[in-house]
Amino acid sequence: MTSAISVSGLVKTFGPTRALDDLDLDVQTGEVHGFLGPNGSGKSTTIRILLGLLRADSGTARLLGGDPWKDTAALHRRLAYVPGDVNLWPNLTGGEVIDLLGRLRGGLNPARRAELLERFELDPRKKGRTYSKGNRQKVALVAALSSDVELLILDEPTSGLDPLMEAVFQDCINDERRRGRTVLLSSHILAEVEALCDRVSIIRSGHVVETGTLADLRHLTRTSISAELAAPPNGLANLAGVHDLVAEGNRVKFEVDSDKLDPVLKQLVSTGVRTLTSQPPTLEELFLRHYEDAK
Amino acid sequence: MIGTGNLVRLALRRDRILLPVWVLFLVGITYSTTTALEELYATAESRALLGVTANANSAFLAMLGPLHDWSSLGGLVVWRWGVFSGLFVAIMAMLVVTRHTRAEEEAGRTELIAATVVGRHAPLAAAVVVAGGTSLLIGLLQALALVGKGLDAGGSFAFGLSTASVGLVFTGVSALTAQLSENSRVSNALAGGFLGVVYLLRAAGDAAGESGPQWLTWFSPIGWTEHVRSFADNRFWVLLLPLAAFVLLVGVSSAVVSRRDVGLGLLAARLGPPNSTIGTPFGLAWRLQKGSLIGWSVALFAVGVIYGSVAQAVGQMVQDNPTLGQIVSKIGGADAMVDAFFATITQVLGLITSIYLVQAILRLRSEETSFRAEPILATPVSRWGWVASHAVFALVGGAVVLAASGLGLGLVYGLQIDDVGTVLPKLLGAALVQLPAAWVIAGVALVLFGLFPQLTGVSWAVVSVSLVITLLGPALQLDQWLVDVSPFTHVPKYPDITFGPLAWLTAVAVVLLAAGFAGFRRRDLTT
Repeated sequence: MTSAISVSGLVKTFGPTRALDDLDLDVQTGEVHGFLGPNGSGKSTTIRILLGLLRADSGTARLLGGDPWKDTAALHRRLAYVPGDVNLWPNLTGGEVIDLLGRLRGGLNPARRAELLERFELDPRKKGRTYSKGNRQKVALVAALSSDVELLILDEPTSGLDPLMEAVFQDCINDERRRGRTVLLSSHILAEVEALCDRVSIIRSGHVVETGTLADLRHLTRTSISAELAAPPNGLANLAGVHDLVAEGNRVKFEVDSDKLDPVLKQLVSTGVRTLTSQPPTLEELFLRHYEDAK
Repeated sequence: MIGTGNLVRLALRRDRILLPVWVLFLVGITYSTTTALEELYATAESRALLGVTANANSAFLAMLGPLHDWSSLGGLVVWRWGVFSGLFVAIMAMLVVTRHTRAEEEAGRTELIAATVVGRHAPLAAAVVVAGGTSLLIGLLQALALVGKGLDAGGSFAFGLSTASVGLVFTGVSALTAQLSENSRVSNALAGGFLGVVYLLRAAGDAAGESGPQWLTWFSPIGWTEHVRSFADNRFWVLLLPLAAFVLLVGVSSAVVSRRDVGLGLLAARLGPPNSTIGTPFGLAWRLQKGSLIGWSVALFAVGVIYGSVAQAVGQMVQDNPTLGQIVSKIGGADAMVDAFFATITQVLGLITSIYLVQAILRLRSEETSFRAEPILATPVSRWGWVASHAVFALVGGAVVLAASGLGLGLVYGLQIDDVGTVLPKLLGAALVQLPAAWVIAGVALVLFGLFPQLTGVSWAVVSVSLVITLLGPALQLDQWLVDVSPFTHVPKYPDITFGPLAWLTAVAVVLLAAGFAGFRRRDLTT
């Protein structure tokens, strides 16, 4: 596997603000990579550097084997971008903008354009100023997805879309994965990243704090378990990895580090289990953990 | 109307730099013009001579209006500065009103405000209060400045209130244009176009002289200020006209507000084509800029036609007036007077065109701050290609606009003296030689955009300073180095066209443009 995007030690400051602080990011060719972080954490700044719209203060960034600042035009032929804030020209129709961006990129696939317009239920004859936020987003998405490119860079692409359209978007990204495209998907919507991404990088205050597959990241999280046992629990509190244990008679509720699940379950089974519910960790919790650390 | 007070405070907070600059600028020029004219025309004889020549010179009449009272310093100030003072205060009122009404609505911020405890009419009312109030403040301080110079109080207040009255009328005009279109750019263009029309109406009426359609000036808010005859007769009752116009315009605007939806205009949006053939950055720039280019070309062609039709009267007047004929024969006769008229007019046309050039360049910045440049620059379009796609409208489009004005000037004057063949190419050339100076101004705007994007708006200050230096420099007796700052000072005067200054002005423009291009290539996109 080669890297479609490889960034190391990236630093970018705006006056006194350090927007990116020693940021590393690696996106493999052909994967859908989630770029997860709250507002203002540096996602858009990173993406703008990758697009050659901003220049990094230090560090290196490679995109499709090229330098994003120097080889701008050549690299842009091979990628499509959906910005987080889509602003359209008030007097151009959505269809005109889609065609314009497609042509500037070196052409788009008319069949796919028509199909996407239908799937996203977008009227291409409306003027830019009359579209709602969600519809402006769709214009940018259709323009990007109907281009034949290797890499899609999507900056919070579903903000403003309703749940139905979000489902359409997820289908489209899965299609792109099957076509072998690389996708960098920045988002603060965890369910979306969970549903779509092969690997995830979590960014906080301009620094990537965690990166890996969802399975890798679950090592860092806890599973919550509540169970009714055959007898009062014994020795559970002393096991490594068990947190917040509440025991009432035969009932127990606790959280367990996901990589300590096996010995804890063995202990439960040895007591005898009547009922058991477990909740897998969500990225929500992953997130909370990281921001709790920050406090 | 609930919430107007809070919105006024918001507007004053947002404009805490802009408004004081306007006030200082307009009051300061009033004061310095008075000082300069006091020294320049110290004796009664010099004023009397000015009175004869000023009222006999169609170029002066068209540009400045008649000199009603040359016996007093106040009368000279009103003549030299009154019309421009009105023009500037009208521009101030127009920009302020649009900025706080339609521009806010277009950006979606009105929606945010309208959802709080704010009456439907409050945003418009606040904009009217701020723009109208600033107009009145400017007028009041102008009057006090004149009184401070020891001028007659009645005349001083007549002058100050005249300035304020134009501000009030254009507060009303912009309040209305802001309701018509969904686009603030269109709103400003409509109000600005109307300002141009009323300036030209009075220019035509004044230049026509007693025998011509002088009544045209009664249809112009700027003409009304002339009819006040400050310092001569102080006809305060004339000011009832602008007051009535203000009340009427604001009334109609608020009636429109009661009927329309937030965010929409009276001119409804229609469906457009589902496909596009635009495939280059230039194609997009053409789509975005062509309306402005065509509008400016038509407008300046019209200005050319009006001034061209007045030119013959300049020569006529000398023949009708033997005393004036003697004075004029000393400086080269009637032909020289017509030439001087064209020299002044083409310079004015060049200055006006530089406004178009700057506007075309600043489009780059507004595309950038509205995040519309970003998706374009994320395609294989280079930074260079994107800037060039818009800059070409300033550089080549400026030539088109100037050519249109020269065409209007030459065609009409040529038809009148029955010699289109000789006159047209000469006057077309006289208009086009202004181009290198306008390019320099565009170059400064591009340097600001490329190197100091946050200061791009300073380009307007550059245009204003050039305007003031070139139009008022001689009257203000500015030091030569200061006069030399304006590139238009160096344009050879019609009919003696020399290519040296044009060459070095072009060279300066090229250097500035190159610096702007290079700067933008190296900098971050910012908002």
